[in-house]
Order: sequence, then C-alpha cells, then structure tokens
Amino acid sequence: MSSGGTNGASQASKKNSKKPKYSRFTQQDLPACKPILTPGWVITAFLSIGLVFIPIGLASLFASEHVVEIVDRYDEDCIPSNSASERLTYIQSTETNKTCIRNLIVPKKMKQPIYVYYQLDNFYQNHRRYVKSRSDLQLRSKEYERDTKTCEPERAHENEPIVPCGLVAWSLFNDTYGFSLNNKILQVNKKDIAWKSDKEHKFGSEVYPKNFQKGPLIGGGKLNESQPLSEQEDLIVWMRTAALPTFRKLYGKIEDDLEANEKITVVIQNNYNTYSFGGNKNLVLSTTSWIGGKNDFLGKAYIAVGGFCLFIVIGFILMYVIKPRPLGDPAFLSWNQNPDGHLN
Amino acid sequence: MASQRPLLIPSPRIQGTEDLPYTPVFTDLLKPISINPKPSSGMDSSIQIENSSVPDSSSRRSVSSIQSKASGGSSVREVSFAELGSKPVRYGSRGADSEGFSMSQKEITDVDARLVYINDPEKTNERFEFAKNSIKTAKYTILTFLPRNLFEQFHRVAYIYFLVIAVLNQLPQLAVFGRGASILPLAFVLLVTAVKDVYEDWRRHNSDRIENNRLASVIVNGQFQQKKWKDIQVGEIIKVSANDTLPCDMVLLSTSDPTGVAYVQTINLDGESNLKTRYAKQETISKLPEEGKISGLIKCEKPNRNIYGFHAYMEIDGKRVSLGPSNIILRGCELKNTAWALGVAVYAGRETKAMLNNSGAPSKRSRLETYMNREIILLSLFLVGLCMVVSVCAAIWLRHNRDELDIIPFYRRKDFSEDEVGNYNYYGWGLEIFFTFLMSVIVFQIMIPISLYISMELVRVGQAYFMIRDTRMYDEASNSRFQCRALNINEDLGQIKYVFSDKTGTLTENKMEFQCASIWGIDYSGRDTRIQDEQVEYSIQDGKVLRPKMKVKVDPELLRLSKSGKDRIERKHVHDFFLALATCNTIVPLITETSDPHVRLLDYQGESPDEQALVYAAAAYGFMLIERTSGHIVIDVEGERQRFNVLGMHEFDSDRKRMSVILGCPDKTVKIFVKGADSSMFSVIDRSLNLNIVQETEGHIHSYSSIGLRTLVVGMRELSVPEFEQWQSNYETASNALIGRVALLRKVANSIESNLSILGASGIEDKLQHGVPEAIESLRTAGIKVWVLTGDKQQTAISIGYSSKLLTSKMTQIIINNNSKESCRKSLEDALIMSKKLTGSGATNITEGSAGAVISLLALIIDGTSLVYILDSELEEQLFELANKCTVVLCCRVAPLQKAGIVALIKNRTDDMTLAIGDGANDVSMIQMADVGIGISGQEGRQAVMASDFSMGQFRFLVPLLFVHGHWNYQRMGYMILYNFYRNAVFVLVLFWYALFTAFTLTTAITEWSSMLYSIIYTSLPTIVVGILDKDLSRMTLMKYPQLYGAGQRQECYNGKLFWVAMMDTLWQSVAIFFVPLLAYWGSNIDGSSMGDLWTIAVVVVVNIHLAMDVIRWTWITHSAIWGSIIATCICVIAIDSVPELPGYWAIFHLVKTGLFWLCLLGIIVGGMIPHFVVKIFVQYYRPSDVQIAREAEKFGNLGELGGGEIEMNPIFDPPRR
Repeated sequence: MSSGGTNGASQASKKNSKKPKYSRFTQQDLPACKPILTPGWVITAFLSIGLVFIPIGLASLFASEHVVEIVDRYDEDCIPSNSASERLTYIQSTETNKTCIRNLIVPKKMKQPIYVYYQLDNFYQNHRRYVKSRSDLQLRSKEYERDTKTCEPERAHENEPIVPCGLVAWSLFNDTYGFSLNNKILQVNKKDIAWKSDKEHKFGSEVYPKNFQKGPLIGGGKLNESQPLSEQEDLIVWMRTAALPTFRKLYGKIEDDLEANEKITVVIQNNYNTYSFGGNKNLVLSTTSWIGGKNDFLGKAYIAVGGFCLFIVIGFILMYVIKPRPLGDPAFLSWNQNPDGHLN
Repeated sequence: MASQRPLLIPSPRIQGTEDLPYTPVFTDLLKPISINPKPSSGMDSSIQIENSSVPDSSSRRSVSSIQSKASGGSSVREVSFAELGSKPVRYGSRGADSEGFSMSQKEITDVDARLVYINDPEKTNERFEFAKNSIKTAKYTILTFLPRNLFEQFHRVAYIYFLVIAVLNQLPQLAVFGRGASILPLAFVLLVTAVKDVYEDWRRHNSDRIENNRLASVIVNGQFQQKKWKDIQVGEIIKVSANDTLPCDMVLLSTSDPTGVAYVQTINLDGESNLKTRYAKQETISKLPEEGKISGLIKCEKPNRNIYGFHAYMEIDGKRVSLGPSNIILRGCELKNTAWALGVAVYAGRETKAMLNNSGAPSKRSRLETYMNREIILLSLFLVGLCMVVSVCAAIWLRHNRDELDIIPFYRRKDFSEDEVGNYNYYGWGLEIFFTFLMSVIVFQIMIPISLYISMELVRVGQAYFMIRDTRMYDEASNSRFQCRALNINEDLGQIKYVFSDKTGTLTENKMEFQCASIWGIDYSGRDTRIQDEQVEYSIQDGKVLRPKMKVKVDPELLRLSKSGKDRIERKHVHDFFLALATCNTIVPLITETSDPHVRLLDYQGESPDEQALVYAAAAYGFMLIERTSGHIVIDVEGERQRFNVLGMHEFDSDRKRMSVILGCPDKTVKIFVKGADSSMFSVIDRSLNLNIVQETEGHIHSYSSIGLRTLVVGMRELSVPEFEQWQSNYETASNALIGRVALLRKVANSIESNLSILGASGIEDKLQHGVPEAIESLRTAGIKVWVLTGDKQQTAISIGYSSKLLTSKMTQIIINNNSKESCRKSLEDALIMSKKLTGSGATNITEGSAGAVISLLALIIDGTSLVYILDSELEEQLFELANKCTVVLCCRVAPLQKAGIVALIKNRTDDMTLAIGDGANDVSMIQMADVGIGISGQEGRQAVMASDFSMGQFRFLVPLLFVHGHWNYQRMGYMILYNFYRNAVFVLVLFWYALFTAFTLTTAITEWSSMLYSIIYTSLPTIVVGILDKDLSRMTLMKYPQLYGAGQRQECYNGKLFWVAMMDTLWQSVAIFFVPLLAYWGSNIDGSSMGDLWTIAVVVVVNIHLAMDVIRWTWITHSAIWGSIIATCICVIAIDSVPELPGYWAIFHLVKTGLFWLCLLGIIVGGMIPHFVVKIFVQYYRPSDVQIAREAEKFGNLGELGGGEIEMNPIFDPPRR
C-alpha cells in the first residue's frame, strides 16, 4: 500500500479524493488457502481412495452374491405350439385361453420378503411420445378430468374423457401370476407395492376410472371402475415409467421363506402383448440386500477403481523417486532454461 | 539536442523598390519598422503553384510580418496579406506536412468544390447539399430503438442461434421444453443489454442536446443575433468572443487584432494545449459586416477529415485570394487571447473536421473471444454430429419397426379415437427424421453455452470492479482512478506483445523544466538550485505585480551574476544569453488576472514547450518577456522596460535546425541571436574567436545530454550597417522570388547565421513521469516490445529514449530519415542487411524464438516523412521485417493517422496483441486502431480518454495493469471459457447417451426444469466467482517477475490443445456419469425420474468438483459458491420433486434412502475425476509451467531464488508521492 494517501495533510482534499478505499476484498487480498499438489498429498489421496474403494467393492460384490434371483422368461413358451406362427392373433384374441403354467426351482434359500417382479425387455417406456402421453393433473384430482390434451391418442372415448388417459395407462401390464408351492398357494401380497407418496398425493382418491379400455384397440389391463386410482397399485407402479427399455416392475411380495431346490409352480395369465414389438417378458423372484438387487457391476467397478488408484500410487512413487523435481525449483523456469529467449 | 519546433516567424519583407527601403536601424531603432510591399495582384496563384511544388514545408512558414499601426514611423509600409497569406502556414507542430501538402497540391476543380457565399446562407444552401450544424452522436430514437438495438444485438451469431432454437421450440411438433422456459434465457440477455444501451444512448442524447443548444452570435440581416448552434448554416457570419468554443469550421474574416491575427487553442481537436495563430485575409480585415455587407465567394474543398489541411479560394472585390489552413478555425477549438473573431461558416455539423475525425470507436472484441468463437464453431459441429447420430439412429429404428408402429404400446401411430382411423403425430418417415434432428438440436442446445456470454459479461464487470478499485492504480496527482471504458477486452490485457506509446504526456509529464545553463564556458548547474524567492520575480506595472506563472529552479550563483553590475564582463555574457532566451522564440505572453487584485500572472504561450521553459527561465533570472508583437518585443530587465525592434526572423527549419532573430536593441545596435541544435550551431560558430569557450561548452552539452537533458546552443553576433543592409536586400530579393523562394530564404538565413560567437547552452528537462524507466524495463523483461511514436523531433525522441531506458548505449541505432520513396527503399534495404549482419545470422530469420543468435540489440529510429513513403506501399513489408528485428522502435514526427498506420502495420501482419497508450487527441486514431487502447487522463484534454478502452493517470500503471490484472484476467477468462465448454458439453453428452436408450426419441430423464436451471443456477455461480476471484499468483510475484507475463503471450491458458484435452475429459466424465448408474441399475425397477435425479445430482457434483480441483486460491467466497451450488442443486431437485403434478414426484426421497444411490454417486465422482486428476498431477510435476513453479515457490517460500541470478530485478515500488 502506498503511504501517499495517509500523509496527505489536508483533510478536505482527502474528502474529494477518488482514491479507492482499501479493503482486503477490493485489493483481491482475501485470506485464502492455496493447496498445492505435493507428492505427499497425491500419494495419500490415491492411497486412501484405493483403500476405501476396494473394501466397498468387495462388500457390494458380497451383498450382490447373496441376493437370490430367479428369472424366468415365459413369453415364448407361453404361446401354445400350435399358435406359434400366429402369436399376434393368439394374444389379441379374447377367446383364447392364455393360462400358462411354469415351474421354477429355487436355487438357494430365499428369505422373505421375496419380491415378485415382471421384467419387460425392449419395451421403451421412456419413449418420448409414450412418456408424454399422460395427464398427471387428471390422475390427481377429479376437477381436471377433462385435462387430457397431452393424452393423444388415448384421450377420449365418444367425446367423453378417458380416465386415466394416455398411452401409459392404456398399455397397463396385465399378466397375472399365481404361485403355489407343493400345491399350497403362496400368497402374493400386492399391497404397498407402489410408493406411499404416489398413493397419497399423486393419484387421487376421488378419481375413478372412466371409459378406460373402451376403444377399438385394447392396450392392456382394465381397471376396476369402483376403485379410486389411489388404490389401483398396479396402475401406480406401471405409471411410474421406467428409465430404461429393460425394466422390472414390482408385482407383489411373497412373505414366506423359500428353501433351496423347492419347486414353485406359477400359473401365468399371459395377456400382455409384447409380441407386436418383439419384447420379452420375464418373471423375476428376487430377494434384496442393502445395495438392491443382484448386480455385480458396482462391486467390480469399485474394485477396479481402487486397484487402479493403488497402481497409480506405485507409479507415482516410482516417478518421484526416479525423476524428482523439487517443487518451486527456479531451474525449471522457462527463462532460466533459455535465458536468451527473453532478450527481446 | 536541439529542441525547437517549427515556429511561426514574422519576417520583415520588403517588396518593390520604388522607394528606398527605409533603414530604421541606425536612426530610429525604437520606432517600429514597417514594411511596405506593394500588393502585386495576380501573384497568388503563381505563388500557390510554387508552394505546391516544393515538398519541403518547414521553411514555408515564413510569413506575415505584421504591420503595426504605430504611426511614428516616417515611412509606413503595408504588408500585403494577400500575398503573404497565400503561403500555407503549417500550424500543427506534429509533422502534418505531408498530409497538408498532398491536400494543397491539388487544384480545386469545380466538381470537388463547395461554394460558400459569404453572408448569404440562402444562396449557399439553396441546393441543400451542406449539412446543418446540429450534431447527432446518439444512435437511437424512441422509434428506432427496438428494431435497431435488436438488429445490433443479433449481430452476435450466438444470439441468432438461440433465437432460432427458441422459435423452433415453439413449433408444436418440436416442443421439447415449455414454450416460456425456452425463450426466457435469451429474453433475459437481450433485456439486460438493451437496458444498458438505453442508458448509454440517453447520455449521448443529453450531451447532443446541450451541444446543439449552445448559443453563438450570428449575423442575420446585418445584425448580430444569438442563434443556437444547431441552426447555424454554412455561409453565415459568426462572431466568436474570447474563450468561446467555435461552433463550426469557419474561415476567418477579421479579428479584434488590427492585423487580423487570432489565437486558438486546439486542445479539443488535436490535444495540443498551446496557442496557435490564425490569420484573417487582408481583404476582409477591415470589412465589418454590420456596416457594409461583406459579400464574396469561397470555393473550398469538400469536407474531409484532415485537420491540418485546408485549401480554398476566396473571391472578394473581384480579386481571387487563396486560403490555406492558417485561415480556417475549426469546430472545437477555443478562441484565446483575442477579443473577438469573425468568420464565415464553411463546414457545419457532421461535416466539420472535428466531427469527421470523431467517427466513434469501432467496437473491439477480445482475442480470447475470437478464439472462443472458433471453438464454438467446433462445438456446433459436435452438436450437429450428435444430432446426426440421433436422427440416423432414429431413422434406422423407425425403419426397423415400420411394420409394428401402428399399434405398439409405446409408439402407436394409429389414432382410433375418431371414427376415421388416422395417424397420430406422424408425418412420414422423412419428416420424422427431420423433426428428430431439430428436436435433438433443441435438447442439446446448451452445447453452445449461451450462459457463457452472460457469465463473461459478469466476470468482466467483476474484473473491472477490481481494476478500478485497485489502490495501486490510483493517481494522486490528477486524482483519477483507473477507468474501464470498454468492458469486453479485459482479458486482452494479459496477452499484449506490442506497446505503442506516445511520448509527450505519456512517458513524460509534458512539463519542460529549465535545468541548467552553460554560459561563456562556465557551467551553472550547481546542485543547490532551489525554487527562487518570490521577490525576484516581481515586476511592477501600474501598481500591479506581474509574476510568471511557473517557477523555475535557479542557480544562485548565476542569479547573483545576472543581477550584478553591468560592467563586469561575465555579466555582459549572462545578459546576452538571457536576452537571447527571452527574445529568440515565438512565445506569446499572456497576462491573466488572479484572485489577488495586485498580482497578475504572466503565462507564456507558445507551440514549443522548450521555448516556454526557456522564457520562464529567462524571466526567473530577471529577463521577463512582457509583450511581443510582430514588430517589437518588450522585455523587463530588472524592472526596467526595454523595447527591442524585431528586424527580422529566420524561422526554424529542419535543415538548418536553428532559428534566429535580428533585433534592434535599445542601445542602437543590431544583433542577431541564434539558437539551435548543437550539431547545427557549432558549424556556424566562429571557433577562432573563443576556441576554449566553444570547447568548454561542447563538454557541458555532452554532459547535459548524457543525463537526458534537451540542449540548445545559443550564439549571437553584432551586425554592422553594411552587413544588415546587405541582408535586408538579400532578404527582399529572396522573399520576392517566384521560383525557389524557400531555398533562397534558407540561403539568406545561412549567410547571416555565420561567424557567431558562442554565448552558451541550456539544458531543459522534459521530466519523465514517475517510474517510466522502470516500467519500460519491466515491459521489456516481460517480452513486450515497446514502440514510441511521437510527434517530436528525432533528437528529442532519442534523448527521451535514453532517459526512459528505452535506448541503451549498447544498442545500435538504425536511423531512417528520407525524403523520397526511392531513398526510403534504399535505407530499408541497407538497414536490413546491416541488421542481418549485426544479429549475426544473415540467413536465419531472427525472431524471438531464435534469439540466441542476437548479438547486438538494434534500435530503429524512423521519422514521419519516411513513413509517408513507406506506409501503404510495398515497402511496408520491409519495414515490418526490419522492425521485427529491432528491440526498440522510435518513430518521430509522426502524424496522428500515421500512428494508426504503424499500429496497423503490426496488427495486420502478426497475431500479436497490440496496445496503444497516449494522452492527446493526436493519439486517438492509434488508440482506436490498437487491440487495446489506453488513455492517460493527463493534461491534454479528454479526447484520448474518450476514445480509449481503459484510462489511467500514469504510464507506470501499465505495469500492474498488464502484469497483475491483465495476467489474472486472462488466466481467469481463459479458464472460464474452457470450463464452460466442458460444463455444458458434459451435460449434453449425458443427455445424448440417454437418447441412445430411448429409441432415439430424445426423452430426457433429467427434468426440463433441471435442464433449464443447469446453466443458470446449478453451475453458473462458481464459475463466475472463480472467474472474478481466482488468482494463480500473487500480485507481488507477478510484479517481481515480469517474465511470468509470457503465459498470456504464449496463450497458455486457452488454446486448441487445452480445448481438446477438456473435450476428452468431458467425454470420459460424461461416460462415467451416465454409465455408472446405467449399469448399476440395469434391469432394476428404477423409474426414469429417479434415474434423472441421480444423473442431475451427479453431473452437478462432478462439474463443481472439477472446478474445485482447478481453483487455486480458496477464499470463503469460493467455498460458499461451489458448495453452495451443490446444495442449491439439491434444494432445487427436492423442490421439483415435491410437485405432485410432475411425473417425478418424491423420487429423490426414495432414491436417497438406497445405498446404491450413494455408491453410484461416490463412484461417479471418483471414477470421473481420476483421469483429470492424474493428468493434472503429471503435467504439474513434469511439465510445469512458469506459473506453476512460481506458485510452488510462493507457497514454499523460495521465491527469492527464482531469478537464479540471470535476471535483472526490476522491482517496481510504489513510489513516494509528492
């Protein structure tokens, strides 16, 4: 700072002075921390990442290993062999018997709750025209029943609004599963499969289905018109559109333990048409763990990243030893390395 | 080192031999002489031709002896103004000759002429071809504002892009985002800019109105009437009083001075604060318009912007009189020291020379922004690429599924709701693809970061705030802060390679000070000089005390001598010396009142500050110049008034480099006093007279100039009667000659300026501004080439060059000083050969890179006349080549436009950034031409400041401005641009990857609100804060090691390589952000909104952590901005997910309850950042930049050793202030 301003004798001139006021802020001199990547810091950082990531990776792999999952693709097999060539006709027909029986072997002991999912492949629930074709206002309250302008082409039936409107609701999944173990029926709990928040706030308890699936083209499941939307949990689950073209949706929970090698018989009503777009249908029974379902990816990724970090640590230690550069060494300054370069 | 400027010198002129010239010298010296030439009609044109044919101008200024009306003379001769005035008088002291001449060489043809009927505006304007005098600098009116402002704003390509996007989004088929949301950002930017423009234009409107409504006295129907400036018409006669500003360009008709002289100050026009003389023509002098109507016709050239040239004829009383630049006074000048002046308006309003020179500053765009636009084009190619990929894939998908589209649940082309089954939202294969393309452009639009433009504006404002607030760039003397006038080139300050500096007022204070004298071989430069006591300055005149305005340091010994008895021989020499200083000049003394009724100040006005200094010095030693007319000079010698008759004067010219005055002294002797540059004076001094004194003086001059003083040698001789008569008749003949008069006059001057006896020499200091040598040295250490462009003479320029450490004795000077194109070519070729020899390698081209070969430093000194032939010709290339080899370039005697030409020479041929710094209006063109223009808010008016991009009080502030603020600004802005590219591209790529999993239909898992807020709330503040506050190095380090400035010159913070590295980083990080959750959640029951929330949070956290890793200094503001942004993002996500009407209701709350979410987030951050981190460490450790090393040194405290003994330290202290 210049002392010029302070020794100015006359107070009056000081008053008129445009001299900027000094503050650490205006002089860009705020106290600051200036971290520098010293070898010590770098090695510590990578080492600690490695040491943290590998255990986490192992833990999640372990957790994933403990998840027991039964996946059964049934869409192909549930077409009677005589209809195989005309699958579409078969599935679209209202007359055909669509019951299909599958037997599943439990590979390992499965502790309750066992989640029952249906998994669809190649079903683009995130397709732009599909996700947009719904009316959240209408779902929520009766007043907005006619708020269906986003619902094309499932908007109205004979000039009456469809509730719930739109392609999403229209394409409601409608296969059903009945489980039995040793001829004893396994209860599937279909309560509380949807988010509580959705039931309470998103889907109105006053809103009842209307004109649903009355059109010439039936997209999927029908709804009980006497139940408000907030209690149609299958619909609520379905309406929470999936992120990816391969997705599972919760069908119910089996609240019994299953022992290894037990044989479960599933009676499937194979109603849902995935044949028109080459989609797959799977039935999934899965236990759960702290990282969710069975997925090795994260565990492997964590171990890979942790391992890479440890590798880097070794690499850096070698480099620091082999070719050290003292930090702040002026000899490395460009003008010291090539003093002539700065002559002009 | 001579220091005269060309002067306007009245010379006696005798014409006609019908009566014997009266020789007043020996009979009545106290009576003023008058010379009576007969006006020879019809001479004008021939003289004109003669003038035009002589290229050398400086001696053509001999002019106009001024007739005195004192009736005492027995023989009254009249001076023919008609004849004399026809010689163009050069008045600009700064080498305007070339232009002036090229203008006056042309005959005015009728086509090019403008006809002005004096005092007859109706007739003059009957064809309505001349502009009115109202001026308009404002851009908009209320009606035109909206279209014009929008038009101007949309000159930015980016804005058009965003407009197109916004319009596209309005199409129902393409509506990706809500309609309002998509226009909002653009509308916001446009509005802010428009408000700013309105404010600026409103101020211009105001100043226009004030200017247009000023009053001037105009003759209407023979009466003077007050008229507003805007109503003045060409052809009207206007009366201007003392200290008034001229409303338009007008030809002088008559003035309060009987000889028709008017003094004007042109400070507003060319920045020169001294008085200049203008003349009315003899024919019009006595015509008072109130009485008899003046009528006549002026035929002048079309309006042009040459303020030093004017070429016209006046037809009056049946005579044809030629008019030159000395007969016109220009708008913006002020009338001084003349009670009134009458003139006829010839150019008005926007056609005045002042306004034509005022063609607003062209808007500049920073270099970084230019490069940035290049990268933006790249980004738009990426964008198109991404969109192509999406639409091609969409096409394939549609093709592949074409048979199923009608009914598949998630597409369903057929609409069955009506009786007639139609297509729902399907426009055919081709159009679908096209729409997909457009939609993807809309979705990926932020690939081109519009927020970057806003951020850059904000960052620049912030940077400007800190520059303005910097206490180290506040000038106490002028009480001026640093000013940012242009807000869009802050970062250019960090990349300057060439500095073009004005000299006077920029490097120097423009205050000449008499320092010391050597008289008769004795050096009076005692150290104990002091500001003299006031009593010696007093001069009593009718009870009032007269005091020179400036005080001068005096040598007590010399003062004692000058006051001592006259009989002593030293006293006689001292007397003659000071007499010479007081008389041999063209200074006009002005007496001004002060607040004290008894004290009047004597202000010496003149074109040459050196002469002013000399006259002030003479006054301090008791020889006070009181009055000067063309015929006599009154000098107060020790309280005794002495009157000297001016018998003749030989003005300064660049060949002789001296001037002389022939005086009839009160003791009835005739003496010639000569002063001039040492080189020219010693050749005319009679060495046989006082050889040892001559030698002594030479020694003193050498020592004076070695300390940077401007020296002048003074000599004198007493003329005998025959000698004087001989001179007089020679002079007459010469001045009447029709051909080669200039040469003849010079010959006459040379013959009389001979065999002089030496009186002594003076040393004048043009004080350098504080800290200039250190500043220049620092600039040079930083690898900046400093060029000095000055209107001053070569010698002066060189001496300042030495004192400012621009030139050193080690340098080899190449001087180019030619009068023709051919000789210029030859000197350039010679110089090039020489430079090759000197730099030691004839073959290799010496640039900075191969500077190892430089053996000798070169300094190029070139003058304006040579530049006339070089600029705009094929020689430019050679000059450039030569200048490139030279460490220092000094251009002397350059005209304002030449300064711009020199800047353009460099600017057009290299990519290097140029900076021009100057203080006067003559620097305006250069300031506007350079990439960065800096105005010194000094003594010479505000023109330079008004035209500049930045202004400051002192030259030395350039050092902190460039090294500290420039460096920071550049580093910050460069990083910010790259970061913004990266930031937006990461986001776009995440969207893009997702598009590949949605059947290429551009669904966004990230909500549209988050998409909009991403660059507004989620990530904008940290980059702005870092762009304003981050400092790679401390001020102290940057000031201490100017070499660190090289980072900007080498474009270390923003270049193509960094861009590509950033893009690779972007690619990797987007992959990490997208695919880690994708794979972790593959086949799970995750819903789109939860996934979107995860991606949103992940991308924001990663992008902010990336910034955090690159932040160099963490202040609490940085902390709060970065972590605050992440928190703000979470809050926004929560808020969005709390709206039940949105599909993603409550998703985030379900998400954060799962461990998978946190594992994904951690994995993304670490996995995404590792490559960046590793590369950063590697580069910092093994390829450290200078900045990096200095930063480490700063942290670990071994900064002091940085120089390694190789570098001369140039600490710039904050100097103590007076």
